[in-house]
Amino acid sequence: MEAKIQNIHKDIKAKEAYFSATQFQLIYARFRSNRSAMIAGLFLLIMVFLGVFADFISPYDPTIAGRDKDYEHGAPQIPLFWDDNGFSLRPFLYTLERYRGKDTNFRWVYKLNKEKEKRRYVYLFPKGWKHKALAFNVNLPGKKFDFKIPGFTFERHLFGIDSGGIHLFGTDKAGKDIFSRTLHAIYISLAVGTIGVFIAFVLALIIGGISGYFGGWIDGVMQMITDTVRVIPPIPLFMVLASFAPSEWSSETRFFFIASILGLIGWPTLARRVRTHLLSERSQEYVLAAKLCGASPSHIISRHLLPSFTSYIIVDLVISFPYMVLSETALSFIGLGLREPVNSLGVLLQNATRADVLLNYQWYFIPVIFFIVLVLSFVFVGDGLRDSADPYKVLKK
Amino acid sequence: MTDLLNIHNLKVEFDTDEGRILAVDNVILKLQEGQILGLVGESGSGKSVTAKSIMQLNADNAVYGDNSKIVLEGQDVLKFKENQDLKVIRGGKVSMIFQEPMASFAPAITIGEQMIELLLLHKKISKEKAKSISIDMLDRVGIADADKRFKQYAFELSGGMRQRAMIAMALSTMPKLLLADEPTTALDVTIQAQVIDLIKDIVAEYKMGVIFITHDLSVIAQTVDYVAVMYLGTIVESGPVREIISNPKHPYTQGLIEALPDLNNLDKPLKPIPGDIPSPLERPTECVFHTRCKLFESGVCDNAVPPLSEYEKEHTVACFKVNNNE
Amino acid sequence: MNSDQNLIAIKNISVDFSFQENFLSKKQKIRAVKNVSLNIKKGSFVGLVGESGSGKTTLGRAILAANKISSGKVIFHDDDKDYDLTNISKQELKEYRKKAQLIFQDPYSALSPRMTVRDIIAEPLEVMKITNTREETDKRVREIASKCRLNLEHLRRFPHAFSGGQRQRISIARALVSNPKFIVADESVAALDVSIQADILNLLKSLRKELNLTYLFISHDLSVVAHVCDVVAVMYLGHIVEMAPSRELFKNPRHSYTKALLSSIPSIDPEKQSNAIELKGEIPSAMNPPSGCVFRTRCPNPTHDCKEGNIEMGLIEVSAGHWVDQCCVNCV
Repeated sequence: MEAKIQNIHKDIKAKEAYFSATQFQLIYARFRSNRSAMIAGLFLLIMVFLGVFADFISPYDPTIAGRDKDYEHGAPQIPLFWDDNGFSLRPFLYTLERYRGKDTNFRWVYKLNKEKEKRRYVYLFPKGWKHKALAFNVNLPGKKFDFKIPGFTFERHLFGIDSGGIHLFGTDKAGKDIFSRTLHAIYISLAVGTIGVFIAFVLALIIGGISGYFGGWIDGVMQMITDTVRVIPPIPLFMVLASFAPSEWSSETRFFFIASILGLIGWPTLARRVRTHLLSERSQEYVLAAKLCGASPSHIISRHLLPSFTSYIIVDLVISFPYMVLSETALSFIGLGLREPVNSLGVLLQNATRADVLLNYQWYFIPVIFFIVLVLSFVFVGDGLRDSADPYKVLKK
Repeated sequence: MTDLLNIHNLKVEFDTDEGRILAVDNVILKLQEGQILGLVGESGSGKSVTAKSIMQLNADNAVYGDNSKIVLEGQDVLKFKENQDLKVIRGGKVSMIFQEPMASFAPAITIGEQMIELLLLHKKISKEKAKSISIDMLDRVGIADADKRFKQYAFELSGGMRQRAMIAMALSTMPKLLLADEPTTALDVTIQAQVIDLIKDIVAEYKMGVIFITHDLSVIAQTVDYVAVMYLGTIVESGPVREIISNPKHPYTQGLIEALPDLNNLDKPLKPIPGDIPSPLERPTECVFHTRCKLFESGVCDNAVPPLSEYEKEHTVACFKVNNNE
Repeated sequence: MNSDQNLIAIKNISVDFSFQENFLSKKQKIRAVKNVSLNIKKGSFVGLVGESGSGKTTLGRAILAANKISSGKVIFHDDDKDYDLTNISKQELKEYRKKAQLIFQDPYSALSPRMTVRDIIAEPLEVMKITNTREETDKRVREIASKCRLNLEHLRRFPHAFSGGQRQRISIARALVSNPKFIVADESVAALDVSIQADILNLLKSLRKELNLTYLFISHDLSVVAHVCDVVAVMYLGHIVEMAPSRELFKNPRHSYTKALLSSIPSIDPEKQSNAIELKGEIPSAMNPPSGCVFRTRCPNPTHDCKEGNIEMGLIEVSAGHWVDQCCVNCV
């Protein structure tokens, strides 16, 4: 009997919680029960973490300045804990020695020296290359727009090695560490995606909002504009806009420019969604009830319309992200997007098209796996959000 | 005479985000051909779910009880899988008409095309024959200019005509059993009377069995032969309609009748049933009605589920207090 | 308080809708309400009955100034001031909104699912600036919620926690919170189960006594209207065809349409077989109504003059308080 009463109390508490749950709490509860979305969300968080802390985690400067001259086109080096010479608590790598001799036809080759004394140990938090956090240096055309935030300078990194280099994903032709470059590419892609989505969103809200709220001929005209922009083929448009960027621009300027183009191309889809949401919400009876009290349009928008479509808009934003990332990759890959030293996946893959890379240096493609995980995580999280987005859909009898 | 339809211990649960919801429990029904059985109940009573179970039309997350059996002309249709067997039942032996006729017709195809499609799915006849059967049926349900209407789209017909067209479509395959789910609720009262008369004529002429679902007791009184009153998924009372309406025994049935406005006695106050219907998440596991019952007795009514037992010939009631007092 | 005083005097109003298929085609006019006159006495419970297409909802909303009145006059006689709805200033409209409110039909779409019950009921107070502080608002909300028999602990729940009947009570509380004099209940019990319907109707009746309200009750369900209303008006295709005190209307219907409607209501007694008067054909389109008496295309026994459309419509008082359209007065 005690247990029964306890169960009843637990049930009552749970039911009360359900009855007083706000919209976002309901959405979150539904999202949590979606296993694939939660796992994808975890991966997404890991990726974002890697991107944001890229400078700290990467042992080397991803630009030319950090290249390892002794280890060009190098294969990935995985630290070992154990080998024939015994176990070591600290992971270590073999020393590489360059050797030229009659048996190699006097070509330089690398040989692994597996002697215990020649081991190189990995250790944590070493001092490494200088990197800045929260520094901002905008160098737009025209002196007026330049501004600089000095930020903080750090020297510590997550891991390093006592001598020589440690290249978890190998190096490329110039000796740049691919691991560091991958992390930075994630950061850059996320940054470009964020800016692009932000610009698209602002435009979509304004145009879609006006269209949806006022309806009538305003809606008709706005929709014609939206459809016109949407119908322009994206790839040629990208190419044209991107090729207009003068090459004198600094890489950061170029970065903002590419991100803006993505936003300007991406707004029509979002705008149409905003408009659809608004049009359907406007005709709800509770909106009419508010109007019959004499509520002003701003009250109706903020109290009734906006909360009703916020969840949908968040879904739309999350789902647009991968498109931005992929579009930027495509642009950079053909050389029209970002350039060195700002590197993204597209830039990383620029050099991966040569035959000898495909045949001999397959580790160039390791970043691709990261990007697949990143994009898929966005897609799964977006899908999960979309499924849980409207907790009130099935309520009518 | 073997029963046309025999439902044994039907139990239907739904797997939702909020848990497993019991929608229908222990429903027992029998129907002969030429009979109209009414299922009456308010929202959440499970009447639609019961009817849809006959054709397995419930949503994918419906879970049927292990002991549940729906025997249609000797075959347990609940065991049928989504293959030939189920397709033969749906639209062939059993037809269903719904509350919202606009939802039954595809908006972009003419009514005639849909009727022909249905007929060709179930009978091996030529397209010409299908067309003539369909036009005959449209005429039979009282649609004037049937051959003109045959070529029209659903939105070109008024509400009453659409409902008749839906009845025509449902009947064109000569089903043995017709399920009518709130067919008159969305209609104006003048059209409602005509549709009720139509259904009664059809039943008399074609000798089919009809399950008529509604929440409107007056419509039940005028239309059906037998009635089963449902509340929160169980049958609380059933029997011949004259008996049930003149001598209701279950407190819920009595409450329903007393809550109805009576045109012949305008001074009588309207008596609602006290309390609120519990949400499906809070369905009582004992007598489903005990939370609102005027005859509630602690220890009896909140202890076990009252069985549907025979009070008089053909009149069954599920109530401890009623059955124990006899 | 003069109980014979009309609260609302409606004189010959018509409400038009313009209909345009797309913004290049011609604009068409639909006359949803035609030449309707009605006096609503203070404290009365007036029923407005009709089937789909009768114009009853349009009329109800026009009286609340939610639809534009194309011609005629509607005057709201408040205690100290008269409001002419066809010629009303912005400030006066704001005041009027406090005094006349609407209860919707569908309890599921009439409440914003993202606001708590307290916020839903408080919204009119905040929008119309009736209360100044949060304490005042809360006090008023609790007062009206308990009058509508809502559990005060439920005020912080969201609408998805409630059943249809409870949601309708929340709707009623929201309509009453601004202390109005006049309520339009638009099919307010149509979506409810029968046992709940009785509950809500009893609630409306008791609130009327308690708060001195006047109701316009719009419904298609004649038996419900018969039980709660004092006066009933029957509408067909935008016209009022008959109007009488409810007992009189149900005992002595004079108009053919009213007779057909009453005969179609199914009786709860299975022994009484229905003898519904059949109406031929369908309700005509509002865009192209029949000339003269709009009911003549479906009337079961029209005279020659009716069929020709020679008789203009207009209500004639045949006995005390019982008005019938003149087309049917001439027939027997």
